[in-house]
Amino acid sequence: MRFVPRINSALLIMGCLVVHTISLAGQVSASASTVLVTPQTLDEVMGRLAAGGDTTYVVNFWATWCKPCVAELPHFDKLYREQRDSGVVVLLVSVDDPKELTKKVAPFVRRKAYLPQVVLLNESKPHEWIDRVDPTWSGAIPATLFFRNGRRLFRETEFTFEELRHELKEFMKGSP
Amino acid sequence: MRSPSRLRGSIAPSSMRMMLAFLAASVISMVPVTAADLPDGVKPGDIAPNFILNNVDGKRVGLASYLDAKGVILVFTCNHCPYSVKYEDRIIALHKAFGPKGFPVLAINPNDTVVSPEDSFAKMQERAQEKSFPFPYLFDADQNVAKAYGARRTPHVFLLKRTPKHFIVEYIGAIDDNPNDANAVDEKFVEKAIAELVDGKPVTTQTTKAIGCTIKWKK
Repeated sequence: MRFVPRINSALLIMGCLVVHTISLAGQVSASASTVLVTPQTLDEVMGRLAAGGDTTYVVNFWATWCKPCVAELPHFDKLYREQRDSGVVVLLVSVDDPKELTKKVAPFVRRKAYLPQVVLLNESKPHEWIDRVDPTWSGAIPATLFFRNGRRLFRETEFTFEELRHELKEFMKGSP
Repeated sequence: MRSPSRLRGSIAPSSMRMMLAFLAASVISMVPVTAADLPDGVKPGDIAPNFILNNVDGKRVGLASYLDAKGVILVFTCNHCPYSVKYEDRIIALHKAFGPKGFPVLAINPNDTVVSPEDSFAKMQERAQEKSFPFPYLFDADQNVAKAYGARRTPHVFLLKRTPKHFIVEYIGAIDDNPNDANAVDEKFVEKAIAELVDGKPVTTQTTKAIGCTIKWKK
């Protein structure tokens, strides 16, 4: 909690920088995200899924320090580009240290320029929130939660692109 | 040639039982890859599966090496994982604080070295030397120990208490509640569990979860 003020002001500054850079490049578009990384609590993330109605969410838990996670991120980017017109939203939830937002996470996200929204989980006590994502989760990353209308599928594993697309298809088949 | 037979003579009855428990555990664990397919491993209250593995100093070490201890702080950890690195100094501190009280640290690297070359036995030896690990750092080359315990990530702690016949699993989970900042820790799970065991009380928090690196299973 005590990171919030710092993160907010850091975000403001970063947001301004990004807007500035984008305008300089002459690529301003209404949909272009002005915020690279949004810090959110787990309640905020889960609340968004719960309020998402028929949207299918693919929520990947990752960190800049996790090699298999970083290797897997392009698959989530590709999946989103391919599936966003079918009501699929991909959220990349970083479990990096919230203190490393400006130093590590934001530069990483800027460099990679992935399309899905990146959230930095603003929590410091993993044992309090891991079970709320899924009781079967050991806490190892990467891990992915598929969510739609209260229905959920949790996978503690890393995917190839084909495996990821297959999981999503199977999950969407189960939808009413 | 002298010492192995002397050792065997002194530990035979309990170590046989532990060996059997371990064999039974290793038979059910057949090379799966995703977490959902892996065996559940042990729960608090279960008998701790025995093992004997190579230590970085070339010796063979297992639970049977701790028959004089009150218990063992078994930590699955490794070289490459940044979360293991964040906890390295805290693991050393645990050993220094609780080893003399009968609860030494025993560290095991369970990672496949093809998937994670930084966790090779030679690199383990380098790391143990660099950090002057005051505890053994064992290599679980066939990953059977990690599977028998149900270790999922690094670091992953299994606190064991010695009873006359077995080691019993008393606590599974994280070292404390704040991986990012050792100075902002509110709850020291392992220390609290040891304090309860030393007082002859049941452990109140038997499991916790933590973020960590997946164990790199053989492909």
